[in-house]
Amino acid sequence: MFLARVTGDVVATVKHPHLAGRKLLLVTPEPTPGRAPLPAVIAVDSVDAGVGDRVLVADEGNTAAQVLGMPRGPVRTIIVGIVDAVDGPEPPPRRRRTGP
Amino acid sequence: MLFGRVVGTVVCTEKVPAWRGQRLLMVTTTDPAGTPVGGRPFAAIDLVSAAPGQLVFVVRGREAAVALDNPENPADAAIVGLVDDVHLAPAGEGA
Repeated sequence: MFLARVTGDVVATVKHPHLAGRKLLLVTPEPTPGRAPLPAVIAVDSVDAGVGDRVLVADEGNTAAQVLGMPRGPVRTIIVGIVDAVDGPEPPPRRRRTGP
Repeated sequence: MLFGRVVGTVVCTEKVPAWRGQRLLMVTTTDPAGTPVGGRPFAAIDLVSAAPGQLVFVVRGREAAVALDNPENPADAAIVGLVDDVHLAPAGEGA
């Protein structure tokens, strides 16, 4: 699972029947300092999240099937929580290489 | 799921029996605006009658195979939706 920010929503009339009636949101993984930013991906919403929310996202098919209460289908990225707060150390800064 | 642009079609007369009757399209990954982000185009099973040039979304990995009626097939990418519209949060909100 990873932390992400909801940065948009996706409208798709024609989609796989497994996705019928599901809200699709654009989620951008939170950047790790010193690492290249990860691209935004499309996630199924299960917690009524909205644009601007900080969310917890799972990217695994069996997880998605359990959360949706459906047999396995073509869904693996799913929003499973809206984050109130995260406690703990900041991720360590990436060590900078010195000299050639 | 990832955004992609259909960039071509693949025709295979001889293919894995589990894929009989399925269409294969070439897809390149894009950002939400549809701009290619680089990387090699890949072949994906088309489940929504997509056409070349269309912006679609794609599921990769084992979940692609599960998108077909018979999940016992070797697909690792499947087109599962046609993108009508993407609403992006205004700069500052969200990002």
